[in-house]
Amino acid sequence: MIAGIRTRDLRKVYSSAPPLAAGGGFTGWRKSKQPAREVVALDGLSLDVNPGEIFGLLGPNGAGKSTTVGILTTRVRPTGGQAWIGDYDVWAQQVEVKRLIGVVGQRPNLDFTLTAREILLFHGAYFGIDSQTRTARAAELLDRFKLTDRADQLARGFSGGMMQRLSIARAMMHDPQVLFLDEPSAGLDPQTRLLLWEIIREYNQSGKTILLTTHNMEEADALCQRLAIIDHGRNIALGTPAELKASVPGGFLLRLRFENHSPELIERLNRLAGVREVRLNADEEDGHKADVYADRGGSLVSEIANLAAGCSVELSDVHISEPSLENLFLHHTGRSLRE
Amino acid sequence: MNWKTFFALLSRDAHVARRNFIQLLLQTFLQPMMFVFIFGRVMVSSGYMPPVYKSLLLPGIMAISMIFTGVWAVAMPLIGEFQFTHEIEDRLLAPIENSWVAIEKVFFGAAQAVIAGLAVIPAAWLLLRPVELNLSSPARFIGITLLVAFLSACGGLALGCSIDQTKIGLMFSLVLTPMIFFGCTYYPWSALANFPILQKIVLVNPLVYASEGLRGTLVPQFPHLPIIAVLLGLLIFDVLFLLLGLRQFRKKAVA
Repeated sequence: MIAGIRTRDLRKVYSSAPPLAAGGGFTGWRKSKQPAREVVALDGLSLDVNPGEIFGLLGPNGAGKSTTVGILTTRVRPTGGQAWIGDYDVWAQQVEVKRLIGVVGQRPNLDFTLTAREILLFHGAYFGIDSQTRTARAAELLDRFKLTDRADQLARGFSGGMMQRLSIARAMMHDPQVLFLDEPSAGLDPQTRLLLWEIIREYNQSGKTILLTTHNMEEADALCQRLAIIDHGRNIALGTPAELKASVPGGFLLRLRFENHSPELIERLNRLAGVREVRLNADEEDGHKADVYADRGGSLVSEIANLAAGCSVELSDVHISEPSLENLFLHHTGRSLRE
Repeated sequence: MNWKTFFALLSRDAHVARRNFIQLLLQTFLQPMMFVFIFGRVMVSSGYMPPVYKSLLLPGIMAISMIFTGVWAVAMPLIGEFQFTHEIEDRLLAPIENSWVAIEKVFFGAAQAVIAGLAVIPAAWLLLRPVELNLSSPARFIGITLLVAFLSACGGLALGCSIDQTKIGLMFSLVLTPMIFFGCTYYPWSALANFPILQKIVLVNPLVYASEGLRGTLVPQFPHLPIIAVLLGLLIFDVLFLLLGLRQFRKKAVA
């Protein structure tokens, strides 16, 4: 059975600060009588991830990505809505769900008292894999993730990148139908990142569903068959990377900054050939900004400079981006992913 | 219930305990043995304590060792794993109900407490010789030892899931130390007869039932609480701490 993922109107409101990477945290005995601060992490998120696809959740920090993964992996209790892995209701049938999923969290959570090999072996044992199979599978994964030479050392002494590789190997140890990867390549060097991408694609080709979260456009673009862009706990765009990029008017984005504001200039910009849309951010402290969505890039710059000179406005900065998911995010939210 | 997973969790804990054997050994034995040496040997041989005190002391030392071992074995890993290393997350994702992850810890902690308790007897006996042990009813001794072991492990679960790691020091100074001093470990409960109010108050201390119970089965020649009161007290505290601990554990396991 290949399992997909489904959520309907998922809501999560944290009554204290959301725990780091939504993995559960300690709140202790309430110290003050002040009412707890409510934080809405998910605001009616509905997703359908097809069985056997690599699906990406893309969004800035705090968008609700980790909370979504937390709910889907039984570690976060939803405030409202429902979620399923395959045919199993995540909240009502936790044990069945846990059997189907493998999870790589955002922060390291390796068993520090065990060696790398033992971590894989015990993980396999938790899932009832017989001793011979798990020994072979552990050796295979250690080799695949280039950890064989450190296999019998305590994980405590590993570098961040090694811990991350071992975490992913552990999540694959019981050959789960659905693999969750929360920011899988954070902290990896470019070479390891490529190795990881290759392993993820390979795992997917063996018929497994993969859900990964990222705020790295390049990663989402390179790996995911479909993407949901989420912000403030809501799904704001959904599609293949190509579809999403095509949904941005024109595709190219020119971010302009002027020393002063001129409505006439904006009107003229709108009439330039190839310009699809002009958006203003006049309230920025450092001048007047305009985002120009257009179907060409560099060739527009000289025309824009001429227009500005004609309106006695000084053009102080130009930034051109080619069609990308970053532009898409900006188009939908008015904010850059990095902000 | 998934026994394969449960036993895999137990074998993981056993593996880690084997790896930390020396540390565990020192943790379990150093303090009680020093106590046995000072009070049982030094004070008695110099005449400040009557020799009969040695036999009275042994069950109390056994109770302290068991309670300390069980609380420590369950509470300390939980505090660290939930708040610092997050190691427990892998076990919370194992195909078993979250509560069973906690129950496994309780079983493992109780087993360690039993081992600590049973090991203290010959060790203390060697240091204190001669001690007058009158083990009249082995079944009763086993029952009480098991109840004390679960008391310590369930208490460890409740404490470990309720205490912030910055307050571990407080756990010792505010909870465990007063428990030991007012737990009838170094004296029988009847010795508090001159302090009638205190004598009533200490009955909320579960360690009282542990030390009085062990005293009642190992050295019944000394005054001790009736066995039925001991069994009832231990049972009530076992269930209370288990329920409280499981509730706290489930709260911490899910955000």
